[in-house]
Order: sequence, then structure tokens, then C-alpha cells
Amino acid sequence: MIIIDKEKCLWCGTCVGVCPVLAMTLKETYVDVDQERCTSCGICVKACPVGAITMTEGSE
Amino acid sequence: MKRLKYDVVVVGGGPAGTTVARYAAKNGAKVLLLEKRQEVGSPVRCGEGISKKILQKIELEPDGGWIANEVAGAKIISPKGSVLELSEDLAGNETGYIIRRDIFDKHLAKLAATEGADIMVKTTATGLIKEGGKIRGVFARQLGQEYRIEADVTVAADGFEARLSREAGLKTFLKLRDVDICIQYEMVGVKTDPLFTEFYIGQSYAPGGYVWIFPKSENVANVGIGVNLMFSKEGATPKRYLDKFIASRDDLKRAKIVEINGGAVSVSMPPEVVTKEGFAAVGDSARMIDALTGGGVMNGAVAGKELGEALGKMAQEKLTPNEALKEYEKNWRRRLEVTLARNYLAKERLLELTDEEMNDIIEAVGSIKLEGLSTAAILKAVKEARPSLAEKFADFL
Repeated sequence: MIIIDKEKCLWCGTCVGVCPVLAMTLKETYVDVDQERCTSCGICVKACPVGAITMTEGSE
Repeated sequence: MKRLKYDVVVVGGGPAGTTVARYAAKNGAKVLLLEKRQEVGSPVRCGEGISKKILQKIELEPDGGWIANEVAGAKIISPKGSVLELSEDLAGNETGYIIRRDIFDKHLAKLAATEGADIMVKTTATGLIKEGGKIRGVFARQLGQEYRIEADVTVAADGFEARLSREAGLKTFLKLRDVDICIQYEMVGVKTDPLFTEFYIGQSYAPGGYVWIFPKSENVANVGIGVNLMFSKEGATPKRYLDKFIASRDDLKRAKIVEINGGAVSVSMPPEVVTKEGFAAVGDSARMIDALTGGGVMNGAVAGKELGEALGKMAQEKLTPNEALKEYEKNWRRRLEVTLARNYLAKERLLELTDEEMNDIIEAVGSIKLEGLSTAAILKAVKEARPSLAEKFADFL
């Protein structure tokens, strides 16, 4: 499961654009994650320019 | 759910989307532009450098407060500190003006509105209306109100995220090596030549990308970095690299940050088609960014004008929607595709260069007299200095 640190997030949309399954949506002041669609590929973790995204083990 | 009907609905109020809306409305189309934020243009996600050619390309006056500074050229600085100075006309699409993108984008939206385009801010496009393989508009939401917006043509100008163009089935998904991730500080107290933009290249500064200093006034500059996604990993974020660069310079170390921007750009080739029945993508949503520089405002605006004019002809019933989209596809490629392909190849080559090779190139090219600078002259100079290196670029002749 993907966790976004809302205090680090710049709402820049980088994670949204690299997500291969369109599981993320850029809102005005946060990024929405569709955890069910997410395949835990980790590209967004790698792509975040400020390191605001982490992934936890398992789906719950 | 409220229902609306337009000739054209444009999703995204950046330079591409606003320019589509402006030219489509000017040529007689009934246009609606959607912007998800409460304000067009903010927050900024851009280095804010652009060539003065933007004035002719989309018929702008250099007023309205969107120009922060005018520069004479660009300096490219190698890892060893060798400098290559390029005059403005040789420096490509990102040197000439340093602009205020928030004001610029809003200015373009005002021009679109003046031509008659309707605009809805704080409005999110939630999905495409698809019927029998054809795209017939978008679903949207504004302040809790749901909308069904039907249009003869739906335009995705939704930027790097490209959710709509991907939802429509365009092949705009990106490989790691085709993404640059960026962070930028607007800093006060920067001691830089206000007449030059600076680009620092090399793996030590910015793997697969560059650090930029774009002066906005006497002591204010955008200091930013783009790093190729292939080279980004935990503990090696663009922010880390930028902070390291800043810590290495006395003036920057003491400069104050008044704004932070993040973002990403595609540095890929555009897909083979950017249109479908009832649908077109434009700007970064169609991957029209210059892969060498990461600049996209000019290309988005140029393609946006082509699309807007084609959609105007559709509204005047000179063209069917399909013919208008075909004309757009032909015209934007005629304007941009050769340069996009050449600069993509150059980016691919540069990704493989070591810092030593970059030093050699900048030193060799720096020895050429500026007036004589051309691709051929550059290759000749590189060939004399480092024959093996020139072979890597030989096919550019």
C-alpha cells in the first residue's frame, strides 16, 4: 500500500504521471491513491522529487 | 447532474489548453475550458525560461506583467567548470524571457475568455464520456455539482499527468528514461549575471539532466534541477542533488528561498497518434516536450494554436470533426516533429556520456567563434578534440 506524507508532498503530479495503472489522481491540495488499483510497483516511490512516498508491505 | 453542450471542451488551463481555447473561440467555436485549480497558473511547475519567439508564434504583446526579465543568452557549464556561451537565438526555446508562469497562464486564459471561450475553474474532469469507441465529452465536478459536458471534440491538455490521454487509449505511458523529475527554489540573494541563464550539466550535478539558474531580477533567480528518473533512487532525490549544488556555492548558501516548486516533464517521443474519434491531446499530455531541454511551453502553444484553428474550421463547418483532427495531426507534426525527434536522439546520446566526455565537448565547442556556431561546426570541433566522441554524434550531420 502507498503512503504519501502530506506535509512533504508538493502536489506536483509526478507520481500521477508515472503510475502505469492510473491509480493516482492529482487533486488541488493532495494526491488521491486508489489502493485497490495500485499494484505496488514502486515507480512513484522512486519518482517523487522530495521522497514523500513510501510503500508498506501487504495490501492492508 | 447538469448537462452542457459545446463544440469543444478543453481539459487543462496551461499554455496548451488556453491556446487551443483561444484560437478555437476566435474562429467561431463554442468552447469550454476546465481548470481543476481555483486559479489558472498557480502553483507554478516550471523553470520559466522561454524564447522571445513566443510573441510571434501565438500573437502576444510583451506586456501584461508576465515577463520578469529579458536575457541575452545562455551559459552551459561543464562539470570541470568550462563555459560555453550561447547567444539567445542559438540557445533554443528556453532562453530569451524569464516569465512569471502564473501570470502568463492566466493572461492566456484571459485572451481565451476575451475571444468568447467559457471557463470553469475549480472543476475536475472525472472521466471521459465514451460511446461506441467514440469520445463524446467529459464528466466533471465543480464545488460538489456533477456535470455531463458533451462536445464534438474533447481536448486533453492535462499536462504531464496525462490521465485523460491515457484513459482515451493514446500511448502516452512513459518509460523511466523518458521522465525527468524536477524541483526548483525561487531564491533571493543570488549573485548571477542577470543577462544569462545558466545550465550546469554532468552526472555530478544532475544525473541525466541539469541544474538551472534563471535570473528573474537583479538578485532573484529560479534555481532548479531536473534528474532523469533512471538515476533517481531512495536517498538520491532531485532535492538532495539541488541542495548539494546550493551548498557548494557561497552566494546560494546564503540566499533565501521564497518559493518551492516540484514537477516532472516527459522527455520522450510523442506517440504515433495523438487524436482519436472526437478527441485530441496537446502539450505534455501528448508528449510534445523538447527532450533535450525539458521545455514545453513553446511546443504546447504552437500545437495548441494549430488545434484551435482546426477546431474553428470545424465550427464553421468547413471541416468535419474527423477532418479537423486529421488537419491538426498533420500540422503540429509539420511544425514540431523533426526537432522533437532530433532532440530526443541527442538526449539519448547525452544520457550515455561521462562527465569527462561532457568536459571535452564543452571545451571543444567553446573554442568556436559564436557567430560560426552550427551543428556541423560543433561536430567538427568535437572531432578534432576527441575523434572517438564525435562518432557518437556523427549521424546528426
